[in-house]
Amino acid sequence: MAMKTWQDLRPLFPYLRPYRQRYLLGLGSLLAEVFFWVAVPQIIRFAIDDLTQGVTSDKLIQYAALLFVAALCKGFFLYWTRMIIIGISRDAEYALRNDLYRHLTRLSSSFFQRNRVGDIMSRSTNDLNAVRMLLGPGIMYSGRTLVIMAGAIAIMAHISPKLTLYTFTLAPIIAGIVVYFGKRIHHRFEAIQAMMSDISARVQESLAGIRVLRAYAQEESDLAQFQMLNRDFMERNRKLIRVWGMFYPILEVLMGLVTVTVLWAGGREVARGAITIGDFVAFNVYMAQLAWPMVALGWVVNLHQRGLASLKRLDTILSETPEIADDPMAHFISMPAPKDGVAEQIKGASIEFRNLSFSYNGVPATSAAALSEQSGKGSHSRSDRRVLKEINLLIPAGSTVAIVGPTGCGKSTLVNLIPRLFEAPTGSILIDGVEIHQYRLADLRRMIGFVPQETFLFSETIRENIAFGVEQSSEEEVRQAAEVAGLLSDIDDFPRGFETMVGERGITLSGGQKQRAAIARAVVRDPRIVILDDALSSVDTYTEELILTRLQSALRGRTAVVISHRTSTVKHADLIVVLVDGAIVERGTHAELMQHGTYYPELYQKQLLEEELEKA
Amino acid sequence: MRGGGSGSGGGKLAGSPGKGGKAGGGDHREEEVLGKAYDSRLMRRLLTYLIPYWPTVLVASLAMILHSLLQVVGPFLTKIAVDRYLVATERHPTFLDSYLSPESLSGLTQITLLYLATLFFLFGLEYLQTYFMQMVGQRAMFDLRSQMFHHLHRLPTQFYDHNPVGRLVTRITGDVDVLNEMFTSGVVAVFGDFFSLLFIVIVMLQMDASLALVTFSVLPLIMLATALFRRVVRDCYRRIRTAVARINAHLAEHVTGMSVVQLFNREDKSFAEFDRINQDHKKAFLDSVFAHSVFYPAVEILSATAIALILWYGGHQVLDGSLTIGVLVAFIQYAQRFFRPIQDLSEKYNILQGAMASSERIFRLIDEPVTIESPVQPAAIPSGEQAAGQIEFRNVWFAYEGEHWILRNINLTIDSGQTIAVVGHTGAGKTTLTSLLLRFYDVQKGQVLIDGIDVRQWNLQKLRRRFGVVLQDPYLFSGTIESNIRLGTPDITRQDVEDAIEEVNLAEFIRSLPEGHQEEVRERGSSLSVGQKQLISFARALAHDPQILILDEATSSVDTETELRVRDALTRMITNRTSIIIAHRLSTIQRADRIIVMHKGEIRESGSHQELLAQRGLYWRLYQLQYKEQEIAVK
Repeated sequence: MAMKTWQDLRPLFPYLRPYRQRYLLGLGSLLAEVFFWVAVPQIIRFAIDDLTQGVTSDKLIQYAALLFVAALCKGFFLYWTRMIIIGISRDAEYALRNDLYRHLTRLSSSFFQRNRVGDIMSRSTNDLNAVRMLLGPGIMYSGRTLVIMAGAIAIMAHISPKLTLYTFTLAPIIAGIVVYFGKRIHHRFEAIQAMMSDISARVQESLAGIRVLRAYAQEESDLAQFQMLNRDFMERNRKLIRVWGMFYPILEVLMGLVTVTVLWAGGREVARGAITIGDFVAFNVYMAQLAWPMVALGWVVNLHQRGLASLKRLDTILSETPEIADDPMAHFISMPAPKDGVAEQIKGASIEFRNLSFSYNGVPATSAAALSEQSGKGSHSRSDRRVLKEINLLIPAGSTVAIVGPTGCGKSTLVNLIPRLFEAPTGSILIDGVEIHQYRLADLRRMIGFVPQETFLFSETIRENIAFGVEQSSEEEVRQAAEVAGLLSDIDDFPRGFETMVGERGITLSGGQKQRAAIARAVVRDPRIVILDDALSSVDTYTEELILTRLQSALRGRTAVVISHRTSTVKHADLIVVLVDGAIVERGTHAELMQHGTYYPELYQKQLLEEELEKA
Repeated sequence: MRGGGSGSGGGKLAGSPGKGGKAGGGDHREEEVLGKAYDSRLMRRLLTYLIPYWPTVLVASLAMILHSLLQVVGPFLTKIAVDRYLVATERHPTFLDSYLSPESLSGLTQITLLYLATLFFLFGLEYLQTYFMQMVGQRAMFDLRSQMFHHLHRLPTQFYDHNPVGRLVTRITGDVDVLNEMFTSGVVAVFGDFFSLLFIVIVMLQMDASLALVTFSVLPLIMLATALFRRVVRDCYRRIRTAVARINAHLAEHVTGMSVVQLFNREDKSFAEFDRINQDHKKAFLDSVFAHSVFYPAVEILSATAIALILWYGGHQVLDGSLTIGVLVAFIQYAQRFFRPIQDLSEKYNILQGAMASSERIFRLIDEPVTIESPVQPAAIPSGEQAAGQIEFRNVWFAYEGEHWILRNINLTIDSGQTIAVVGHTGAGKTTLTSLLLRFYDVQKGQVLIDGIDVRQWNLQKLRRRFGVVLQDPYLFSGTIESNIRLGTPDITRQDVEDAIEEVNLAEFIRSLPEGHQEEVRERGSSLSVGQKQLISFARALAHDPQILILDEATSSVDTETELRVRDALTRMITNRTSIIIAHRLSTIQRADRIIVMHKGEIRESGSHQELLAQRGLYWRLYQLQYKEQEIAVK
């Protein structure tokens, strides 16, 4: 058991090692505090004994002063004990949280697909908190309780072993009851938490479908269903209360019993003349002060259990190996430094797909098990399905390739493989003739300006969002990028211009504005390869044309891969590739495809008409 | 230390503000942080939720007061034991003395038994108090959640356009939970502590007034320490709550957008940002650790000072015979009890602060005005001949916001039993048209009339019951297929459901399911294809046997095979019903009695299929496009 606990705690050791000295210091302070803690009732004891024998008033003042000084010292060390030990737990929590975040930034896209955001969130907040409680209060209170018990028992046994024995028989009962109740309370509490997420889901569903509910005048029945959950939730809470409401009264009774024992047994001892009245009072004071440590003992056991369970959950994330990372054994190609003059020639980079086949579950499955079992459900239906089939394609440096094809044909997958968001088989993708794994991951991605299909902006200012992917950028560069993306006039219309906040705390951008911001974000990086994954779908054709022309001049000489549903976007490309079911079925220029193709000319015809209609 | 063993983590420790983050946990955004810990206006409003349960509250309160009173008994008994049996002293006999044995051992046993009885009552009273108080708390929370949910159902649809669902969910769950914590963590017991203090003060004064006053002399210092502590800690907790909210927001956002972070080589920068927030969090916490680390010892020192004063001053009195040792001992015990509630109070402070912030947000939601509701005196519903489902738009102007007109001067009459098709581009205002019929929104100018009565005069429920609506995005609830068809309408029988399934050509599919129409539907119907979901929502509309049928692009995401089934069903559905069909696919609408072409919020063309084709306008061009598309599909 002890060994197992030790094993479970292992992930924590790195976080505690730097604090060894501080822990020792904290322990020293704790011992000093307990020393004075034990001293205070002793002073009272002597004072009372002297009182019964008649003392001088000078001596009384001395006792009072002594008591005050002892309390002062005790307070002083209590301060340091708390500061040091709780402080450590906060430092360790900080380090742990930082490491966790660091680690998350290294994990691959497939990890984030497997695990729900809420799940990752709860691990990095609730579980982290439980671990912190274990490190700080857990350690402080268990240490303090043990030391205090030892000190108090020693002194009390010295006064009267019999009385000590009587009173301390209750200590394990108190601790036991706290553990027992703690567990039951925790179980019921968990049941409530589970119910809480049911209610959340239910409310979420109702509110998201509010139009349907209203259209069918179903408010009443929806309310009734909610009430059922609500009532059930209340019932579970009341179940908890039945235990919880008992907990403190029982503790109070037990502590009262301790006092009663001292009164009864101690009183008899005094009456028998075995102990003095001072001893009796001291016992009383000790027991009153021991009450909380006894409770703490049980509480610490619960903290410990919860902390360990949380630590385990936390460790599943921390021990997840990043699937996509630099191979430590590889010799990396260093990036040619862009020099003026020569730079013109090396602006673009060639991309080659060499017999590339890919399926999502074919990724080297290191620890592909999801954090929660639920998220794995999609993978079955997907098993053995190749998303891309034997793609062979050479995109010369500086050329523009367009990819068209029906939804789900693998277009996005293809471009996601270039910056290694997902891992393609070794040897199947080459940039500038070099296998992509031979680049450092950071270098590889730095070459690329990627505009993903689903625009994701951060709740920062527009300026920060555009300059997202560059170390430093001048006002001018950001403006220019916005101009190229056709966003400048929109931004100038905002009252706060580039400093406008995006997202919930600021303005809500339209779909088109978001897409254009994402384009600006890619442009400002001055990338060698530009990838537009259906990046202009929310922009009307006219604006699209404008943006494309500007892009072309701004990114002259760069390699571009453009995915689009619109033929107007792709018709000027150097090469158009039609992807159907993960395989290339047609390729050529616009003119060639119009002549020999089947899928492409149909698409073209259809969209011509649509355009005409839009102009009406 | 009531918070100590709670399932939610220790109130005893500086750790509890972690809970504050929970309120913002649902939508992970920064919550507005309020500094006030006690707001009498909010508190009074919260208390109104207890009014319905006043008898229980009364019992709990009485139990609480009795409990506080009984707490005084213990030290009092000790005093008698000491004075009577342990250090026999001359003194005024108390009322108890006449009952007690003169012999010390049996007398001690008597006192012990009395003490035990007191403990027994203490236990009973405290259990009664916590149990009843928390039960009432649960009821109040239940009522509050019901009220919020009910209110959400009454709020105008416009409200939902502006408020993300996640945030609303947080109001009902997270924020109410914070209030709940106020009940369970024993903040309520603080009031009990006040009574304890009061009774202790009275007993002490009664036992020996001068010694009591000497003991109380440290009180001003304690008050001062508490006030200082509160001021410091209030700021800390506010910073902690802000930091927790920001950590959550940052995490949620970056976990969601991690691939963007990685694509743009932002790992280091975003880590640096996170580190900064994390440091703020740590600093705020360390400040609160400091405040606690100063406050606890300070209170302990002051309580020790009080005991020192008792020893010194009381000792003198004992020496000159004006005080018994028993009183001295009782005073020491009272002093110890006296300071514990004060320490406790500072713990509850943080929870109280969070509860105030949450209730403020809850009340803000509850106070959100209901702008669309049934009139107090709805117009008499036409029956028989008049209730045929005739629709009229009369000079209707509508904008979701300000002057951005979505509909401009729409005039349209649809006779009962007629089928109207509405076509036009995205953003032309087609869906808005149907939203106005259901009175999801109110028009700015003009009138929408059903059977000659303005929709604003209708009882809302009765108005909406006339319609069967199939929306663009078929929305299914978790439950079964049957429950999705029936929704909550009780008078739809199993047979009706089966008929509807048959009618929309869904029967074959349903039969292939292991559980038939009892097959489970998961959230948003994720286990079904879009086409199947669409057909289920068709069946839903049919089962409700509406007078007016609205199909809003209901066939847009249906594959060709399903489309054929739907077209077949559609013909049956629109017979004997006023129908409005919004469609992209012109094949679905060719049989409409009239086709309306909308463009930029206006009705541009209107007429039958043939008439419109002859006009060679917008409709003709649309038709050309469709025709080509079908050709491609056939190939």
